[in-house]
Amino acid sequence: MRRVTKITAAGIASAVLALSATACGSSSQSDASSSGSSSGGLKVGIAYDVGGRGDHSFNDSAAAGIDKAKKGLGVTQVKELTAKTADTDADRETRLEQLADAGYNPVIGVGYSYATAMTAAAKKYPNVTFGIVDSVVPGKNVDSIQFTEEQSSYLAGVAAALKTKTNKIGFIGGVDIPLIKKFQAGFDQGVTDTNPKAKVTAQYLSHGSDLSGFADPAKGKEAAQGMLDSGNDVIYSAAGSSGNGAIEAVAGKTGTWAIGVDSDQYQDASLAKYKNSILTSALKNVDVSVYDLISSVKGGTPLTGTQTYSLAKGGVGLSYSGGFIDDIKTQLDAATKKIVNGDIKVKTTVS
Amino acid sequence: MKKIDKERLLLAIAAPVLAIVVSFVVTALVLVATGKQPFDAFNIMFQYGIKSDSQVYILDKATTYYIAGLAVAIGFRMNLFNIGVDGQYRMGAFFAAAVGGAVTLPSFLQIPLIILVAMLVGGMWAGIAGVLKTTRGVSEVIATIMLNAIATSVIGYLLQPGRLGHLDAAQTQVSTEPLPASGHLFNFNMGELNGDVYGFIVIAVLLGVAYWFVLNRTRFGFDLRAVGQSESAAEASGVSVKRMVITSMLISGAMAGLIGMPTLLNDAHQFGTEFPAGVGFVGISVALLGRNNPVGVALAALLWAFLERTSTQLEFENYDKEIVGVMQGVIVLSVVIAYEVVRRYGIKRQQQKVGEELAAQAKNKQEVTA
Repeated sequence: MRRVTKITAAGIASAVLALSATACGSSSQSDASSSGSSSGGLKVGIAYDVGGRGDHSFNDSAAAGIDKAKKGLGVTQVKELTAKTADTDADRETRLEQLADAGYNPVIGVGYSYATAMTAAAKKYPNVTFGIVDSVVPGKNVDSIQFTEEQSSYLAGVAAALKTKTNKIGFIGGVDIPLIKKFQAGFDQGVTDTNPKAKVTAQYLSHGSDLSGFADPAKGKEAAQGMLDSGNDVIYSAAGSSGNGAIEAVAGKTGTWAIGVDSDQYQDASLAKYKNSILTSALKNVDVSVYDLISSVKGGTPLTGTQTYSLAKGGVGLSYSGGFIDDIKTQLDAATKKIVNGDIKVKTTVS
Repeated sequence: MKKIDKERLLLAIAAPVLAIVVSFVVTALVLVATGKQPFDAFNIMFQYGIKSDSQVYILDKATTYYIAGLAVAIGFRMNLFNIGVDGQYRMGAFFAAAVGGAVTLPSFLQIPLIILVAMLVGGMWAGIAGVLKTTRGVSEVIATIMLNAIATSVIGYLLQPGRLGHLDAAQTQVSTEPLPASGHLFNFNMGELNGDVYGFIVIAVLLGVAYWFVLNRTRFGFDLRAVGQSESAAEASGVSVKRMVITSMLISGAMAGLIGMPTLLNDAHQFGTEFPAGVGFVGISVALLGRNNPVGVALAALLWAFLERTSTQLEFENYDKEIVGVMQGVIVLSVVIAYEVVRRYGIKRQQQKVGEELAAQAKNKQEVTA
C-alpha cells in the first residue's frame, strides 16, 4: 500500500513539474519592440550594485548623478533597484528588463557585475539606451562608462606617503578583482614614487565571485583595526560601504588617517562623526557620467560606445574637503600635471 | 492499515502547511507595522509569480535548490549536519568548470566528464569532514563550516589571471576558461520572451528518484536510516557506523558537487559571478521544509524560487524587498517549531489511541468474564 502511494506521489510531482514546464500564461515582458518609446517626461531606471543608495561610496556617487538630473534636467520619474549579494546573472537581467519593459529609458546598471546581464537585455530592448558603469558591453544602444581609478589612487598614494609618520600604509580592497587591483596598483605606485621607504600592506575582504566585501562595514572595521594595531597610520579603502567600517576604526585612533573612495566621504552626513580623520577621498565621479548619459538621452542623441572618464577630463580626482591636504597641494598638483601630460604612466595591475 | 497511512500523511503535511501559514501571518504583521497593505503585496507576488517568464525562472532556480536540498537531506537522514554543502558545491563547480574549459571532447564524453569531476571534488571535500569525524571525533558541523571558508580561499587563489582565471574583454571580471560548445547541455526553449528551462531539470528529477530508491529500497538506505535513528542500535545490528559516516558524507558531497551543474552546463558555461555563496544554506532550509522527502524537497525548492523571483517585483512596486527575506526566515523557524508541535501531537494521539484500545479490550474481557 505504502509503496503504491509513494509511487503515485512521485508521479504527481513529476506531472506537476511537467505541467508547469509548459510555461502557460502570459509573459511579464511585453513585446520588446513596442516599449522604450514612451513620450512625455524622461523616466530613468537605475539598478545599483550591492549596498545600493546609502552606501556613502560607489552607489551613492551614482545616486548623486540621479539627484542632479532631477534638479538640472527636470527628471521626475526615477525607479531605483538594488542588487542582492546572492544574485545570479538571471536576477540582474530580470532587474534591467523590468526597468526597460516599464518604459524607463535610459536604464543604468551600476557596477561591472551587470555586464553579462546587460549584454542580453540590450539585445532584447534595442530602443532603450543602457548605461553600464565600470565595464564594457557591446551593443549600439549601450554607453560603457569607465574610469581611470588608478590615476586618482596614485594621487591618494602621494598624499598617504607625505602624511605617514610610521612609513606603514594600508590598503583595503573590497573584492580581489582586477577592477579593485587597479586602485591598489595606482596607490602602490603613488606611495613608492613619493616615499620609497614607505610600505603598503594590502588586504582584500572577499574573493572572486563572493561580492560581500563591498557591503560589509564590520569586515572593513576589523581589517582596518588589524592594520592599525600593526602600526599603519594611513589606510585607503576601496571597498564600497565596507570602507565606512574602516573609517570608523581609524577615527578611533588619534594621529591616523583614512582615505575615502568614490564619493567625497568628508561631506557624508552619516560619517560626520569621523570626518576629521578623513584625509581625502579618491573621487570617482560616477555622478558626472550618469548625468551625462541622462542628459544625452534627453537631448535626443544618446551617448554610446566607451566613455573614459580620466583625470584629465575631471572624471577622477582627489577631494580637498577639510583642508587636511592643502599643505601638500603643490606636490599633488605636480603629480596631477605629470599624469595628465603623460610623464607618469600609472600601472593598472599589481606587480 | 489504510486509515493509519492517511493520518500519517495528514500529520506529515500539517507541519509545513502550518509553517507557511504562520510565516504569511507574521509577514503580514510586519507589512502592517511598516504601514503597507499586506494583501496587495501578496497579490503582487502571486500575479508576478505565475507569469510565464517567472515560471521559467522559478523552475531553473528550483533545479539548483532541489539538488542542494537533496545533498543536505542525505546527511539529515543519518543525523549528519552537513553545513559544508555550500563549499562543496563551489569547489565542485569550480574544478568542473576548470577541467571542462581545458579539454575539448565530443559532447557525450565532455558533459559526463564535467559532471564526474564536480561529483568527485564535492565528495572529496565533504570526505575530509567525514574522515575527521571518524578518526578524530571532530564534529562535522565545525569541520564542514570551516571547509566552506577554506573553499572560498582556495577558489580565490586559483581564480586569478595566470592561474585558472581568465579575464573578460572589459578587464573587470575573472572567470574560468569558457566551456567549449560540446560542454553545453540542451535547454528547453520556451520562446524569446520567456527564456530557457535548463535541460538539467531532467537529471534533477532522476536524482530525486534515485535518492528515494537508494534510501527506501536498498540495504544501504536502510543502514543509513538505522544509523540516523540510533547509532548504538545500528552498531549492535552489525552496521559499521564509521563506514556509514564516511560513505554518506561522500555521497552528500558528490550530490553537492552537482548543485552548480545546471548553471554551468546550461547557462553560464564558465565559473564566475554566477555561483553565489549561500546556495548550500538555501539547501538546508529547503531540506528542512521538505522533510527530507524527495517530493517535499521539490515543493520547497519551488516555493523558495518563487519567493526569490517575486522579491524583485516587490521592490519594483516600492515595497521593501527584505520582506521576502523575513518570510523565508520565518518559514524556517516555524518549520522547526511546527514539526515538533505536530510530532508531539502525533505521539499524544497515538498514546490516546493505544489507551482507548487497551481500555476497550479490558472492557471486553470484563464483559466476557462477567
